[in-house]
Amino acid sequence: MQIVDTRGLSCPQPVIETKKVIDTKETELQVLVDTIAAKENVSRYAKAAKFSVSDTKTEYGWALELKKL
Amino acid sequence: MQEKRNLIVAGSFFGIIAVGLVALGNPANMGFCIACFYRDLAGSLGLHAAAPVQYARPEIMGLILGSFLISIIKGEFNSRGGSSPVLRFIIAFFVMIGALVFLGCPFRMILRLAGGDLNALVGLVGFAAGIGVGGILLNKGFSLGRSYSQSRAEGSAFSMAAFVLVGIVLFLPMLLKASTSGPGSQHAPILLSLLAGLIVGSLAQRTRLCMAGGIRDLFLFKDPTLLLGSAAVLVTAFILNLATGSFKLGFIGQPIAHTQWLWNFLGMGLVGYGSVLLGGCPLRQTILAGEGNSDSAVTVLGFLAGAAVSHNFGLASSAQGATTAGKIATLIGFTVITLIAFAVMRKQTRS
Repeated sequence: MQIVDTRGLSCPQPVIETKKVIDTKETELQVLVDTIAAKENVSRYAKAAKFSVSDTKTEYGWALELKKL
Repeated sequence: MQEKRNLIVAGSFFGIIAVGLVALGNPANMGFCIACFYRDLAGSLGLHAAAPVQYARPEIMGLILGSFLISIIKGEFNSRGGSSPVLRFIIAFFVMIGALVFLGCPFRMILRLAGGDLNALVGLVGFAAGIGVGGILLNKGFSLGRSYSQSRAEGSAFSMAAFVLVGIVLFLPMLLKASTSGPGSQHAPILLSLLAGLIVGSLAQRTRLCMAGGIRDLFLFKDPTLLLGSAAVLVTAFILNLATGSFKLGFIGQPIAHTQWLWNFLGMGLVGYGSVLLGGCPLRQTILAGEGNSDSAVTVLGFLAGAAVSHNFGLASSAQGATTAGKIATLIGFTVITLIAFAVMRKQTRS
């Protein structure tokens, strides 16, 4: 599973980095985010790309698990 | 779904408040203009000497404090910074110059459009083009680098400064310069301006509304969600302008605007280009500064510096049009931001 570390990146880079991995036909990935805006944006993009999203709170923010539906 | 509804509700509120502030005394189509308000603030602090545009707009302090307070209440306050602050300052500096060549930030561009000012439509095309170019660079790996956790003092210092400024405006106004004529002299009552800023600031923090982000997300991800916010501002302000008789369609004789299409296009193009690389429009940067992002606080300082230089060196346009110095500065802005962009491209490898 690919891990995409977007912590500390400004909008819209977390989504761009996620999109790049999704575009490689990866079906399962973990995205690390550290702001709520990034969490919302990545989740919205992933859902639109037909991925399920579940998040776990971590000490620095959230780990989002994306799985192709 | 809820996200979309919230953006539409917030955008509608912005439209109502903006038209309301004009009715209460703000300059025409300037219920809210983040660029103009920073310009007036720079003037009131004596950073520039253009007498008609000096006033410490309470809306600005309201925006910062509204975002600060709501982010603390909601547990979203997050002190962070350290992502190329100097480059952000420089980009913001030129974003402000572009805005003052056009005569408005993206927020005022929408309000001008809602008032029937077709010059703003030319600006919008430029804005979208600038965002398009910036979006391509983002896709190619443009990044100002990561930000990191900072102390609470660093994250809240900017909001504390806004708080002190409110105190000065209310209790020691003689310390600040204030226009006696021109746009700086036209303003809504102080407490209502402050309240308007607090409401818009907290709604913008909750919804992440961003005038540049809407077009950017549509281009990059085919996602119109964020654009709904700006669209709601436009539609609401348009309806209210029609209802109150302030709608006047055309290019000529529009309030605080000029008709030079090339410079309206390029001025707003520079704003779109810089904003998308900074990660958000001037409104969004102000909100982020309030919720603890010290990179955005530095960005706002760049806006103030850009406004000061614009008026000290005659870069800002007037109703007669753009100045030669303003045209040169706009072209320099495109060049500098492009050089920065190529200097910071991330390698396409992942660690």
